[in-house]
Amino acid sequence: MELQVEKPKSNLFKIYEIISTMASRPSGLIGLTILLFHVVLAVTSPLYAPHDFKAIDPSLMLLPPSSEYWFGTDSLGRDVFTRTILGGRTALTVTFFGSIIALLWGGALGIFCGLVGGRIDDVVMRIIDAFLSIPWILAMLLIVSLLGTSTIVLIPALGFFYGKGIVRVARAATHDVIAKDFIVSARARGHGNLSIIWNEILPNVRDAIMVEGAMRWSWMLLGFSSLSFLGFGVSPPTPDWGLMISNARGLMSFAYWAVLAPIVGLSSLIIGINLTADAFAKALGIDRSTKAPV
Amino acid sequence: MENAVQQINNLSIGFTSKKGEQISILKNITTNIKKGETVGIVGESGSGKSTLALAMMGYVKQGLYTISGECLFHSNDLLRMKDKDLEDIRGRKIAMIPQNAGQSLTPNLKIGYQIDEALKLHTDLKIQDRNKKISELLNKVRLPSPEIMAQRYPHELSGGQQQRVAVAMALAGNPELLLLDEPTTGLDVTTQAHVLELLNFIAKDTGTSMVYVSHDLGAIAQVSDRVIVMYSGQIVLDGPVRRILKNPIHPYTSGLLKSIPKLTLPGLPKSMSGSQPQPGTITKGCSFYDRCELAEMNCSNNSPELEYVKNLNTSVRCFKHKELHEKIDKDENLVTSIENTILDKEMLGLSKVSISYAKKKFIDQLLNKESDDNPTVKDINLNISKGETLALVGESGSGKSTILKSIAGLLKAKEGNIKYENNKILPNELKLRDPNSLRAIQLIFQNPDESLNPNHTVEQIVSQPLKLYFGLQGEKLKDEIIKVLKKVRLGEFYLTRYPRQLSGGEKQRVAVARAFAAKPDVILCDEVTSALDVSVQAAVLNLLQELKKDFGTTYIFVSHDLAVVRAISDRVAVLYQGRLCEIGPSKNVYNFPSHPYTEVLLGAVLEPDPDIKPKLVAEDIVEEKPPEKGCSFQGRCPRKVGEICNSEVPPWQIGENGNAIRCHINIDELRNLQK
Repeated sequence: MELQVEKPKSNLFKIYEIISTMASRPSGLIGLTILLFHVVLAVTSPLYAPHDFKAIDPSLMLLPPSSEYWFGTDSLGRDVFTRTILGGRTALTVTFFGSIIALLWGGALGIFCGLVGGRIDDVVMRIIDAFLSIPWILAMLLIVSLLGTSTIVLIPALGFFYGKGIVRVARAATHDVIAKDFIVSARARGHGNLSIIWNEILPNVRDAIMVEGAMRWSWMLLGFSSLSFLGFGVSPPTPDWGLMISNARGLMSFAYWAVLAPIVGLSSLIIGINLTADAFAKALGIDRSTKAPV
Repeated sequence: MENAVQQINNLSIGFTSKKGEQISILKNITTNIKKGETVGIVGESGSGKSTLALAMMGYVKQGLYTISGECLFHSNDLLRMKDKDLEDIRGRKIAMIPQNAGQSLTPNLKIGYQIDEALKLHTDLKIQDRNKKISELLNKVRLPSPEIMAQRYPHELSGGQQQRVAVAMALAGNPELLLLDEPTTGLDVTTQAHVLELLNFIAKDTGTSMVYVSHDLGAIAQVSDRVIVMYSGQIVLDGPVRRILKNPIHPYTSGLLKSIPKLTLPGLPKSMSGSQPQPGTITKGCSFYDRCELAEMNCSNNSPELEYVKNLNTSVRCFKHKELHEKIDKDENLVTSIENTILDKEMLGLSKVSISYAKKKFIDQLLNKESDDNPTVKDINLNISKGETLALVGESGSGKSTILKSIAGLLKAKEGNIKYENNKILPNELKLRDPNSLRAIQLIFQNPDESLNPNHTVEQIVSQPLKLYFGLQGEKLKDEIIKVLKKVRLGEFYLTRYPRQLSGGEKQRVAVARAFAAKPDVILCDEVTSALDVSVQAAVLNLLQELKKDFGTTYIFVSHDLAVVRAISDRVAVLYQGRLCEIGPSKNVYNFPSHPYTEVLLGAVLEPDPDIKPKLVAEDIVEEKPPEKGCSFQGRCPRKVGEICNSEVPPWQIGENGNAIRCHINIDELRNLQK
């Protein structure tokens, strides 16, 4: 009998495989395209932004879209197109690093609680529940007003508030594998808790945590924009979608363009991340939308 | 075919692979089910038997579709029928009894209500009549006091009772055809025997045709009139039960029968090499070619057709069936008897071990009081010598796995101690054990799907103990892994594979390799073969025996299967409700006199022979808790002598061959009773 010898797949190849599976569905392809578009835009936009984003000119107030000002101008005469393509940069960076922090601490604490169980688990989870019951935006406002709105404050603060949900997901995923015999087997061999977490549990819960992290990213983006909208996120004159919407909303009835462009930017990015996260989950085999088998 | 209830013509069912190829799960099945007939469909996992049974209900699993052929029920093609019309047939005309009744009953509805639902759907009876019918049905499946039973919830019933309820629900619509998909697989041996007997009775009583799907030839032998053997999506043999099981004329069936350990034939059965081909991999030739001992050139190039042999009334798919038919009666060496060199050195000793799952109540903790004086496992004394294989036997709840866990340190023993290598007491907590004693005792689990980390390659799996105990790294580690894998007959190319890419037998080999990598003195085997197909089971048993010969390892072998235990063990300990009933050399335990519980267990063993019927000596009640005093078996014992059994723990009596029995009946008297 001939035996097929499989070559071990490199990690790079695995990533390629996952991405190509994601792109094989229409929704995944759309999501990936939108996300990629936003990332490229965020990285390259300063190179080709047609106008100065902070140049104020009262003579150019609230001009409708034209060949010079593609998306029109805002109440201070600034070019809306320039501000829109630059407006996602801060949000994208802050929330990207914020979700990584959320992923790390939420995942670690969740796995730990799931493994240890007992009283420690009880206490930690009740603390998490207590935090979940505090409206996060109030807590964020408090933190921001005490410590300022620099990214050094925003990233860990957002990471903390969005990591609480990940603790629950990681803990539940850990509970799924903890009763399996391979964990019992590792225990019986005498492996320590750290070794069991790293070798036995992490490879099995990693996917679930990563998908959850991707979903949190889009929520965090909305949260960050809300902060900006309230004036606690990005400080002017740095362009930001939340801030732009907040400034232009009062003039919506006669200068719709000033509010429309940032809204399209923000919602398309959120939709893009959501679709990508869903496709990512499907590519990893964690399908959250299938019906129960009949 | 006038009297055929169901006629299946040239049925093929399959799916389209990612590459766009059409792959069939069932290939050109043609058969029929006659009125009043019980047909057993037997095959190993992946043979397509369940797909066939579902197709008989007009159901094709998601992702699969009918490629060709038809499945006629009274000349209506079920596979092309509208859903609405199918609903009228399912339940009323064709009913199905699923594998796991516990999961198929709704947990929050009373039994009576669930049967009533089936009656409402499938009959036109009025309320009063329905209530009468519920009692009638529960009576028919022999559940005690039907009125009370109807008021119970599924979790209040035992596994056997749940299965009976499932049978009652299936009978509610008075079906012409009853499909049973592995209905006794999850049940204890004694319960299984009772359920099979009930099914036999129902078949006779109602005249319903039955299709019994199972991997267990023993169960098939008890119920079927006709047997269909499936292999890789094809029917390979189809004929009367005695013909098929007594002198099979297909090499797969005869190999399968040879690989089943039998009580009457002590020793390790021969194993069949290889495994069933994956669907779609065989394009030409006989699908059994790779594993067949009689294969020749012709077999690899041409696919045999299903051929009807008139004088045997059997259809067979093999070019060489005539040869097989002629040579059949030659008695070959069917089993290899085991010979273990047992050294006079105690490897493990358990003295007065008691284990309790009960948690101490808060009040008891304050008062420093023992809360549980009736522990799950009580008073176990066992000594295991170096090189010996000791088997622990019992039904579910007998505490056999609990004892293993306690030896491994996973469960704290409440009382007593476990000694290792002559009087070195093992701490009863894992954390307190030194690395060397951890290394010396290794576990192999029942289900390799659960015991191997699905995200580790074989290399990573086997490397764990090597890194932990011997600190190996780099090239040395890899060499050692390859060496260990060779011992379990797995080649180097398995290193990069994941468990999901391996067959059941290969996975269990990897689990065995991981245990042996630690160079242990004692291996605890927890039902290691019960999740495997019979042909694979024989291979794993043989492997374990060879490894034992090479390394002189001591085994403690836990199993519910008496025939498997008989094949591999030197000594057997029989447990009931966490108490020892009998212990002795395995050849003596299987001879009378024996403990009444052993007698019950032996009676319930199903041999793959329709002429050996199980003896049903005890009721199949399930006891949830061991009795507080007296003999552990008092509740079910068919030979109970009286009050003394309820009040006093029976004494040990030692028979002339060294098997010890714990019973109030005098051993000589037992011998006379059991003659």
